[in-house]
Amino acid sequence: MAAADSPFSSTFRRRPWSRAVVHLFLIVGSLVFVFPVLWMLSTSLKPIEQTLTPEPVWIPHPIEIGNYASTIAYIPFLRYALNTVFVCALATIGTTLSSALVAFSFTRLEWPGRNLLFGLTLATMMVPFPVVMVPLYSVYRTLGWIGSLKPLWVPTFFGSAFSIFLLRQFFMRIPKSLPEAMTLDGASEFRIFWQLYLPLSKAPLVVVAFFQLMYSWNDLLGPLLFLTDQSTFTLTLGLQAYQSQEGGTQWHYLMAASVMTTLPIVVLFFIVQRALFQGMSSTQNFEG
Amino acid sequence: MASVTLKDVVKVYEGGVKVVDGFDLEIADREFVVLVGPSGCGKSTTLRMIAGLEELTSGTIRIGDRVVNDVPPKDRDIAMVFQNYALYPHMTVYENMVFALKLRGLDAAVIHEKAMRAARILGIEGLLDRKPKALSGGQRQRVALGRAIVREPKCFLFDEPLSNLDAKLRVQMRAEIKQLHMSLHATTVYVTHDQEEAMTLGDRVVVMKDGVIQQCDGALEIYHHPKNRFVAGFLGSPPMNFFEGRLLREGERLLFDEGTAKIPVPEWARAELAPRAGTVVVMGVRPEAMSDQASARFAIADNSLPMRVTLIQPLGDKMDVVLATERHPHTVAHVDAHAGIRAGETVPVYIDTERVHFFAPGAVGERIATKRR
Repeated sequence: MAAADSPFSSTFRRRPWSRAVVHLFLIVGSLVFVFPVLWMLSTSLKPIEQTLTPEPVWIPHPIEIGNYASTIAYIPFLRYALNTVFVCALATIGTTLSSALVAFSFTRLEWPGRNLLFGLTLATMMVPFPVVMVPLYSVYRTLGWIGSLKPLWVPTFFGSAFSIFLLRQFFMRIPKSLPEAMTLDGASEFRIFWQLYLPLSKAPLVVVAFFQLMYSWNDLLGPLLFLTDQSTFTLTLGLQAYQSQEGGTQWHYLMAASVMTTLPIVVLFFIVQRALFQGMSSTQNFEG
Repeated sequence: MASVTLKDVVKVYEGGVKVVDGFDLEIADREFVVLVGPSGCGKSTTLRMIAGLEELTSGTIRIGDRVVNDVPPKDRDIAMVFQNYALYPHMTVYENMVFALKLRGLDAAVIHEKAMRAARILGIEGLLDRKPKALSGGQRQRVALGRAIVREPKCFLFDEPLSNLDAKLRVQMRAEIKQLHMSLHATTVYVTHDQEEAMTLGDRVVVMKDGVIQQCDGALEIYHHPKNRFVAGFLGSPPMNFFEGRLLREGERLLFDEGTAKIPVPEWARAELAPRAGTVVVMGVRPEAMSDQASARFAIADNSLPMRVTLIQPLGDKMDVVLATERHPHTVAHVDAHAGIRAGETVPVYIDTERVHFFAPGAVGERIATKRR
């Protein structure tokens, strides 16, 4: 946001020093947030003897870039990364596709009990995960899925309440005449979904996909509950297990692994940032 | 091409709101019929039922000789142009136009030829690669027409297609739609709330109110011989003035007593009005049929009402004068601009009794008498 349309702009003009005060607060605030990230980065580049010193070392000397290569050899990092990518990819596709379909049905199709069911869907958002944890576990055990990656991605193909809600709100803003015109053109409902609603909803779809990706990428509780074999571990669980198992933790390797775990999401965020904000603010205009 | 027949069509929405009631209409092959009425009169709903976007509560709709009540919209062989154009925003103009043809599985070469022909007719060849967002309102409207034309439907349906355009463009597009109809000879049903559009476009005009057809005739027939007070007030701009008054018999003469003055009932209306002597009737007078003494082009005798001038709206060589009597505070006369009238004055205003209409009292009072012309 440019300074000109900041909510403080008039104050800034009347009292120029107030701008400095505001910025000072902001800088201090960002330092608090960025501190653990910088510490992680710093530690990942340290030789082991500098990781736990009474006097904190900020700039490692020498800088051990080699930590990263060693980490990959030391922790089964690639295995974990592969598992994580697998789960994330399927979960993202699953949530996006299924939620969009359900949202379409809640928006465009007329069927008895639609609004009631939509209310129920929203209500599931109020149920915290720990409440369903145990029942879910026994369901997956009955299915024989414990120890496999299935519990982490199969359920995403059945929609997520928040994504359904988000997409439905967006779909409702698409003028009714568009699907009607397509109906007259001879399109089936599924084609209307696929060739009209999906292409017009790129921005909210990015939001839904990104949220799911972030959730699956960072999820520790799910993998902790359902995964038993180290070969199926995801990054979060792998790193966590690594930390507790080895007594004397190799902090520099752990931090290098953490950097490598965090980085993809950060990079991805910058790539989709624009679409993400557009999707959440929803100022798209369909006239035309 | 085909005729469209609506027989006793009723539409009741959930909650019991009857939006269309007993709608009977036969639209001949190649005819241009305009449905007009105030918002909420059921005209759009009727159109949407023809399109198949809305289901009928009862009655039948035929396109050609096929009953289409249960035929899905795509198989009815109709094309519709929407008020907001409803162009697919993510497709180019060309893709918008050929979408339906592609779904029909036509040969690519045939599709291309049809699209190019439609584009040529509408003069949008240069826009084919653009997205709708990059078009002006008029261009979008043309593309929407193009999308309808390429399908070569049996029947065109227009749902207030010009209401999103500015006044000048609206007049231009109106002429183009009329020309298009004359060259394509397609059966057309056109919905509008604009009485001017209705008058200029329609072979026949259907005036609706509260889901019921008030009158269905040629535009001039409706203008000159409205069936009831609602129709009389709806067509024409500025709208017809209505004076409520009592019929009095004074000796041999039959008089209409406005309250301020009495005007003799014209000879041609005597037969119909005489039995109503003593009762209240409504006299409808178009603004063109009222005049000051100087610019009157009709006989001036005792056919005047003293009226106070409240406002003058100049329109070039004519002007609209807003007049008031005790009982009728808002009356408009359309007179020559040079008429020496000033606001605040009370002047005798003459009424061309050859051109008045008499209605029964009430908002939709039936016509009692109109002079045949």
